[in-house]
Amino acid sequence: MKSHLFPALKLTILTILFFCIVYPAFVWGIAQLSPTKGKVAWVEHKGKVVGAALIGQSFTQDTYFQGRPSAAGYNAASSAGSNKGPSNPDYLKDVQARIDTFLVHNPGVKKADIPADLVTASGSGLDPDISVPGALVQIPRIARLRQISEEKLQQLVKTHTQRSLIGGVETVNVLQLNAAL
Amino acid sequence: MTTELLGIALIFGITIALSIPLGRYMARVYAGERTLLDPVLGPLERLFLRISGIDTLREMTWKEHLKALLTINLVWFLWAMFVLTNQSWLPWNPDGNPDMTPDLAFNTAISFLVNCNLQHYSGETGVSYFTQIFCLNFLQFVSAGTGMAAAVIVFKAIRDKQTTQLGNFYDFFLKSCTRVLLPLSLIVAVTLVFNGTPMNLEGKASYVSMQGDSVQVSQGPAAAMIAIKHIGTNGGGYFGVNSAHPLENPSYFTMIVELLAQTIIPLGMIFALGYYIRNRKFSYMVFGVMTVGFLALLAPAVWSEVQGNPAIAQLGISQPGGSMEGKEVRFGSVASAYWSIITTVISTGSVNAMHDSTMPLSGMAELLSMMTNAFYGGCGVGILNFYIFIILAVFISGLMVGRTPEFMGKKVEGREMKIAMIVALLHPLLIMAGTAIASYLAAGDVNMGWWYLNAEGQPNTATAWLNNPGFHGFSEMLYEYTSSSANNGSGFEGLGDNNPFWNITTGICLIFSRFLPIIGPVAIAGLLASKKYIPESAGTLRTDTGTFGIMVFAVIVILAALAFFPALALGPLAEYFSI
Repeated sequence: MKSHLFPALKLTILTILFFCIVYPAFVWGIAQLSPTKGKVAWVEHKGKVVGAALIGQSFTQDTYFQGRPSAAGYNAASSAGSNKGPSNPDYLKDVQARIDTFLVHNPGVKKADIPADLVTASGSGLDPDISVPGALVQIPRIARLRQISEEKLQQLVKTHTQRSLIGGVETVNVLQLNAAL
Repeated sequence: MTTELLGIALIFGITIALSIPLGRYMARVYAGERTLLDPVLGPLERLFLRISGIDTLREMTWKEHLKALLTINLVWFLWAMFVLTNQSWLPWNPDGNPDMTPDLAFNTAISFLVNCNLQHYSGETGVSYFTQIFCLNFLQFVSAGTGMAAAVIVFKAIRDKQTTQLGNFYDFFLKSCTRVLLPLSLIVAVTLVFNGTPMNLEGKASYVSMQGDSVQVSQGPAAAMIAIKHIGTNGGGYFGVNSAHPLENPSYFTMIVELLAQTIIPLGMIFALGYYIRNRKFSYMVFGVMTVGFLALLAPAVWSEVQGNPAIAQLGISQPGGSMEGKEVRFGSVASAYWSIITTVISTGSVNAMHDSTMPLSGMAELLSMMTNAFYGGCGVGILNFYIFIILAVFISGLMVGRTPEFMGKKVEGREMKIAMIVALLHPLLIMAGTAIASYLAAGDVNMGWWYLNAEGQPNTATAWLNNPGFHGFSEMLYEYTSSSANNGSGFEGLGDNNPFWNITTGICLIFSRFLPIIGPVAIAGLLASKKYIPESAGTLRTDTGTFGIMVFAVIVILAALAFFPALALGPLAEYFSI
C-alpha cells in the first residue's frame, strides 16, 4: 500500500488539473463559438426579455395558453417532479381537481378531449412544452377571451408545432406560442 | 406512437453500429497498439507518469493491481470529503450554497467514488460550481476509468495463457481516461452546448415573466459534467432532476446523444473483449445473452407506459401520449421508457423521467434490470459482473455433463467458486437486508431519533420518509437499496433520503457493492491465469456457443428469480394487481 501512496497522490493531482481545468476550459472555449455562448438562450417579447425558450414558466391567466402542472411551481432555481406513484389516492384526487378546474375555465370542452399532459406534473417541473392536443383544446377559451378567430389560433399552433428529425414527439412551446399571440 | 417506437429501434441500432468500432479501438488502446490519438495524448500520458514516478513497463500481479486500485480510490475519497465539507468558502460558489453535513458528504463522496451517483442532495442548492467540477466531474472521470482498468486486468488474464504478470494498473487507468473517456466526453459536451446547455461560471440568471413573476434560473458549468456523467455511466446530474431538466437535456436530439453516450462504452467493452482475446465469437455470445435480457426488460416497460395509467383512464380523460406524470412532453412516453431501462441495465442512473411515477410494471422492469445486474452494465464493471455469471454457468454445466469445469483452458476449482458465490450472493444480501431493516422501521413507524430529524431538528418517525403509501411506498425503499447495490444511482426520488439513516446505510452498501465485485473477478481471473493451460480437446465445454449462452442466461434468471421474486411480489406486482 505504501509504495502506491505517492504515485497515487501525484497522479491524482495531475488528473485533477487536467480533467477539472483543461477539460472544462476547453468546453467553455468552444461554447463561446455557439449561438448562446454557453449561456441561457432568452426569448424577447416587445423588446423585453420574458423568459428562456427551454424553461417553462407559469401561465395562470386564462388569456394565455397554459403549460403543464409543475411540482416545482416553475421555480427554475429548484427543479422537481411530483414523484407521485400511479396508485397514490391523494395524487389521483389532485388530478381530479385539475380536471375539474380545467372544465370550469374551459366551458364546452368534453372531459375525454383533455389530454393527460395538461393535468399531470412534468418530470422537471419546468417542461416548456405541451402536446398538440393540449394546445388545441385550449383554443376555444383563448379565442373567446381574446376575440381572435379559432382558425387563426389553429394556424398559430400549427406554425409553433415542432417535430424532431427522427422518431420524436410533436411539441408546442408554450412561451413562444404565447409570445406570438 | 409508431414513429416513437421506430425512434427507439433506430437509437438502439445506431448504438450497436457505433459500439463495434469503438470496441475495436479500445482493444487496440489496451493492447498498446498504435491509435489515432497517439501524437497528442502519448506525450501527455508519459509526462503524467514520469512526474508521478510510475513505470508502466513494470507489470503487476492481481494482488498488486488491487492494492494500487484501492490506494488511489482512498486518496480520491479523502479529496471528495474535503471539498464537500468545505465548499462554502472554496471558490466558484456564486449562489452561496452551504457545506454538506458529514453524513451527506460521506454518502455523496462514496456514491461518486463508486460510479453510483445516488445524489441525496439537489444540484441547484446542494453544491457549488467548484464541487461540480473539481469533485463530482473529477470522480466521474476517474471512477469510470477505474472500472474499465479493472475489466482490462481480466481481459489480459483471459488472453495471456499462463502468467502472473497482468500489465500495469496505472497504464490501464490513465489510458481509459485519456484515450476513451476524454475524447467521447468532448464530443458530447460540444453537442450539448450547441443545443442550449449552459457552460459558464455565472450565478443564477433572472428575468420577469410574461405574467410579471420574477424568476431565477440556475445555470453554471453544466455541459462538461453532463457529458462525462453519461460517457462514464455515472449518471449524477448537474441539476436536481437530472436529464429531465430542460437545460440538461434540451431536446429529443440531445436525448438521443445522451442515450448513445451512456450505452456505447458498456457495449463497446463487450466487443473490445472479443478483439482483445482474439475470440470474437465469445463476445457475440456475451452480447447475445445481454441483448435478450435487455429486450425482455424493455418490452413490459414500453408497453405499460404506452397504455397509460389505468387509474387516470378511469377519471375520464384521454392519454394519447401514454402515461405522462413525471415525464417531459419533448421525450414522450416511449423514449422515456426506453431510457428508464437503458439507465438501469447500464448502471448509469441518470433519468429523463421520474421513475417514482412510472407504471408498476415499468417500475418492476427497472428494479429487475438492477437486480439481475448482468445485462450490459456500467463502464468496465458490466463485464466484471457478467464474468461471475460465466464462472457460475461453467461450473454448473461442468457438473451437468460430469466433467471438471473449465473456462478458456483453465480448471475452475473450489477457491474460484467460493469467490464467485460470495460476489453473486452479496448483491441480494445487501438489497434484502437493507430493505428489510427500512421497511421494518416504516411498518412500526419507529421514532428515528438522531437518524432522521425534520427541518425543525425534531425526530421524525420512519414513515415520514415515504412519499407514497402502500405497496408503492415499499417499492420506494426497495428501489433505493437496489439502486445502491447495483451502483446505479437512479431512485424513486420521492423517498426522503437526505438524513443520516439513508445516507449512512446506503453509503455502506455502496462500498461493498462496488469493491467486492471488482476484487472478486480480478482475483478469479488472476488465479485462473496462473494455472496450467489445458489445450482444448473434444470433451471441452466451449464457452463461445449459443448453448453456453442459454446456460448463462438460465443461471442469471434463476438467481434473480429466486432472490428477488418475493420482494417484487410485495411491491410493484401487488401495486399492478390493485390499481
